[in-house]
Amino acid sequence: MSDHGRSIELMVNGSTRNVVVSSSMTLLDLVRVKLELTGSKECCGEGECGACTMILDGVPVNSCLVLAVEADGSVVTTIEGIGTGGTTPLQESFLAAGAVQCGFCTPGMVVAATALLEHSPCPTEGEIRAGLSGNLCRCGGYDRIVEAVLMVSDCGGTDA
Amino acid sequence: MSGFAYHRPHSLTEASELLGRPGSVALAGGTDLLVSLRHRAISPVVVVDLKSVAEIGDQIEIDDGYLRIGARVVLAGLIRDENVRERFPALVAASSAIGSSQIRNRATLAGNLCNASPAADTAPVLLAHRARLTISGGEESRTVPLDEFFIGPGETRLGPGDIVTSVDLPIPATRVGSAFARVTRRRGMDLASVSVACVLDSSGFVRFGFGAVGPTPLVAESTLPALASDDGWDNLLAVTNPISDIRASASYRRAMLRVHSRRSLEAAVDELEAGS
Repeated sequence: MSDHGRSIELMVNGSTRNVVVSSSMTLLDLVRVKLELTGSKECCGEGECGACTMILDGVPVNSCLVLAVEADGSVVTTIEGIGTGGTTPLQESFLAAGAVQCGFCTPGMVVAATALLEHSPCPTEGEIRAGLSGNLCRCGGYDRIVEAVLMVSDCGGTDA
Repeated sequence: MSGFAYHRPHSLTEASELLGRPGSVALAGGTDLLVSLRHRAISPVVVVDLKSVAEIGDQIEIDDGYLRIGARVVLAGLIRDENVRERFPALVAASSAIGSSQIRNRATLAGNLCNASPAADTAPVLLAHRARLTISGGEESRTVPLDEFFIGPGETRLGPGDIVTSVDLPIPATRVGSAFARVTRRRGMDLASVSVACVLDSSGFVRFGFGAVGPTPLVAESTLPALASDDGWDNLLAVTNPISDIRASASYRRAMLRVHSRRSLEAAVDELEAGS
């Protein structure tokens, strides 16, 4: 009885999308499988690693811990929705700082850091480390990631 | 995840009726529930999303001597709230210790309690502050002191159809000092091996909450004069009964519990003195 499709409507990266989802589908699977936006990664699947981070109604969340049906009527930004008009200063600073190693955590890091900077444009190193504590990098490339975010912090060094 | 029916009721009556059905579970932030679903630790027939129930508040209000935190309030909102920051700083500290910003943007305070983990980070400080829960059975509502709410790991006094609608904190009549401390294996994104909170009033009465040192979060009371001796501490901590598990051994927990209880009390004394 349970997994009959349910029709939902949500705004993803500025486009209204109408999709039929099963009740047990996560927002992450909806975005990756149904909408074929595969920038968001599934890694731990339980909210530990942040590779699936999306901005849901203005705040970063683990999309693996949100049911697609919960997002009915919501506004979602994925990594594909960041830098659509050319790379953002943050993305440029990731490149400049060499903040990408294997790249698997990078979409989640960029989304989480983008949300952090929207909320607090002038984070200190400590605030950046705390703000990104929900995003794991298995390569251990944290220093360069923090450096990249500091580069675009309004008071953290060079302005992008 | 196995299949289930998803409902998003708009009224408390409807939500309560759905949660009275066998095999139903409540969904608020989902940060614990989705993990259990994924691991098939639970296989509910019905998932009842409470986020559209208007009678379950998403605001923090002062009402009749209580700070009333609606059950839909997420931890990030709690941490930002001026009243909470001013009056209950240890609750801000405990809430900030939970997960990551991604988790705190979804997870609710009420959900942290209903999940009833012995290590629930917000439970010790809420116990120390004498929190109570307002629980609705659909038509009627009642209040339950938090220290009577937990029964065992994952078990609470909630019956079929019961829904926590708010977490209510009595606003202290006189100044208090409070503190929260926890021991974890790493600095972020970890469950507590031990957590402690205390609230000290100006008469020297102190109420502690303890996490991860028993089958439920625990509460114990003492006084500053009594805690001047080791016996006083032995008596205070006698309520705890830690086990050895993946995060820490029982003896390590016992040792850290004593250290951090003492430090919490010192911090509470400092806070009380700073404000007087």
